Amino acid sequence: MTERAPKPCDSSVVLRVRDLRTHFFTNEGVVKAVDGVDFEIRRGEILGIVGESGSGKSVTGLSLMRLVASPPGRIVSGQIEFGGRDLVEASTTEMQDIRGRRMSMIFQDPLTSLNPVLRIGYQVGEVFRYHLGLSRSKALHRAVDMLRATEIPSPDRRAQSYPYELSGGMRQRAMIAMALACEPELLIADEPTTALDVTVQAQVLELMKTICRERQTALLLITHDMGVVAHMCDRVAVMYAGKIVEYTDVHTLFARPAHPYTAGLLRSLPRLGAKLRRLASLEGQPPRLTRLPAGCAFAPRCPRAQDRCREVAPDLTRLGNGHQFRCHFPLENDKEPQA
Amino acid sequence: MTPLLEVRNLHKYYPVGRNSRLKAVDDVSLSIQPGEVLGLVGESGCGKTTLGRVILSLQPATSGEVVFDGIDVLSLQGKDLRRLRRRMQIVFQDPYSSFNPRMTIGAALSFPMKVQGMHRGNEEERAVELLNRVGLDGSVLNRYPHEFSGGQLQRIGIARALTLDSDFIVADEPVSALDVSIQSQVLNLFKDLQEELNLTYLFISHDLGVVEFISDRVAVLYMGRLAEIAPTEDLFGDPRHPYTQSLLAAVLHPDPTLEKSKPSMAIEGEISTPIDPPPGCRFYGRCPKRMDICRVQDPPMVSIGPRHSAACWLHA
Repeated sequence: MTERAPKPCDSSVVLRVRDLRTHFFTNEGVVKAVDGVDFEIRRGEILGIVGESGSGKSVTGLSLMRLVASPPGRIVSGQIEFGGRDLVEASTTEMQDIRGRRMSMIFQDPLTSLNPVLRIGYQVGEVFRYHLGLSRSKALHRAVDMLRATEIPSPDRRAQSYPYELSGGMRQRAMIAMALACEPELLIADEPTTALDVTVQAQVLELMKTICRERQTALLLITHDMGVVAHMCDRVAVMYAGKIVEYTDVHTLFARPAHPYTAGLLRSLPRLGAKLRRLASLEGQPPRLTRLPAGCAFAPRCPRAQDRCREVAPDLTRLGNGHQFRCHFPLENDKEPQA
Repeated sequence: MTPLLEVRNLHKYYPVGRNSRLKAVDDVSLSIQPGEVLGLVGESGCGKTTLGRVILSLQPATSGEVVFDGIDVLSLQGKDLRRLRRRMQIVFQDPYSSFNPRMTIGAALSFPMKVQGMHRGNEEERAVELLNRVGLDGSVLNRYPHEFSGGQLQRIGIARALTLDSDFIVADEPVSALDVSIQSQVLNLFKDLQEELNLTYLFISHDLGVVEFISDRVAVLYMGRLAEIAPTEDLFGDPRHPYTQSLLAAVLHPDPTLEKSKPSMAIEGEISTPIDPPPGCRFYGRCPKRMDICRVQDPPMVSIGPRHSAACWLHA
């Protein structure tokens, strides 16, 4: 059953993305990296965007920050409603005021995000100097407070360190300190723990979760790791070839996935304690975005694909419980409860 | 059974500055039976890659012994070493940087055979046979590495490691650079080949799920030292070293009900660089169960059960 659930006007929605399309105009053709993406995120909520490389998850994050390199990239249509306005239309000056103050982003590799020749305290303090107009010494003082809030040991001393003198986990904590300095409404984290070891990943995720819950910061967590999703997220959007193919709460996603891609991905994970002889695997390769098939982009790899899938791209199906997916022949896992 | 590979008291130190040494591999002993898969896990910088490379004599050891099928690997040079290389091969993490971008796949696969004078005149035939075995066909011979996806190129990397009919393969994080859906395909391939050809692997990975799937036994490395080694079931079911326990507790399971209910198990601190490490257990600073003796004296490797050993004073 497909129905359009009426959306109550919800004041707690921090960000609403509608039909976002970000395309790259390259010599090999138009790459539709993000091609019609809709989602929203509320105060204090953790929304995961999962997908494999090339699925468009990082470009989605960059589009929200208006950081897509142009040329070759361009947001060709859609709305990004944030703080009462549409960021797609926002000017460069407006975006500079928003970035770092109301919306921040952290990346996979903190070493390439930090300036190697400036001290950590100075870099974290820059946010205060730029957005709040604080003096250098006051900004440094606030920076030390932020480093302390991210549980960096001896923050006074660490503020005087250069990035290379910090471990990977400490650098990512410094990035988090910088991103959250002005208490933004939205934090976008693109694979924030992928470069870290498991024991350090556990620490950094715990920190992000605690801080975001305490401050009611909305967190958009971009990752390829289903374990991270299970640990962190309230709701999840699964991306494949530029589109959100499934969108639901985290428990439904893992227990009753509707899209064959989600189901295949979950089955193919090596799980501790499973003692399998063979891993179930998704056959084939992710599609090339310059040569997307007609119809559903997943059809060539899909065990359930039929002629219709190869001809007509599936529209979004919305179930009453908020579960959304794009598939002609979804798994019967999440049947609409009979009224 | 005599082990295929035996590593005895292996050390690999790198000089750092004037008087310091980085102890990348510090007194490691282990053995691998023919046809066995030994998983090697640990965090970045723990020495797992160095250990693999020293075993293959790609880097000289500081001291210690590596015995492969009765041959003392570290004493070999020149022609003898080249001869041994037929039997020991490696698959790297990043397939794009382990292929010459200007060599076709056909040339890359024939090259080892030409160097070793094997399958003379039939190199191409042999290459196609191997490509078929890893799920590709002969049409790729004239193509270049950049034309392939990471998963396809890693399959070719595996084919290359098999060109010389080797029986021992060091696989150094061979699926870490691959997407999740591709990872499982390549892992299955590793397992199938191992069973069909009775290969012996040293399978290096930081991913505990991957290691559990592929390995018969698992060794845990921490700052150049072996912390624990045990059959896979025992290591995952009954880990005895506090580091192994912390590592397993930090793994995130793809199961939200489990994940959201479990308490935070994060241990403090991070692995540090083993430059002139102080005496005592390498894990002392982070260990939730540390005792006084751990700070002053190195824990010995003690046997806990059949083929299960751990280097920890709790069990000494």
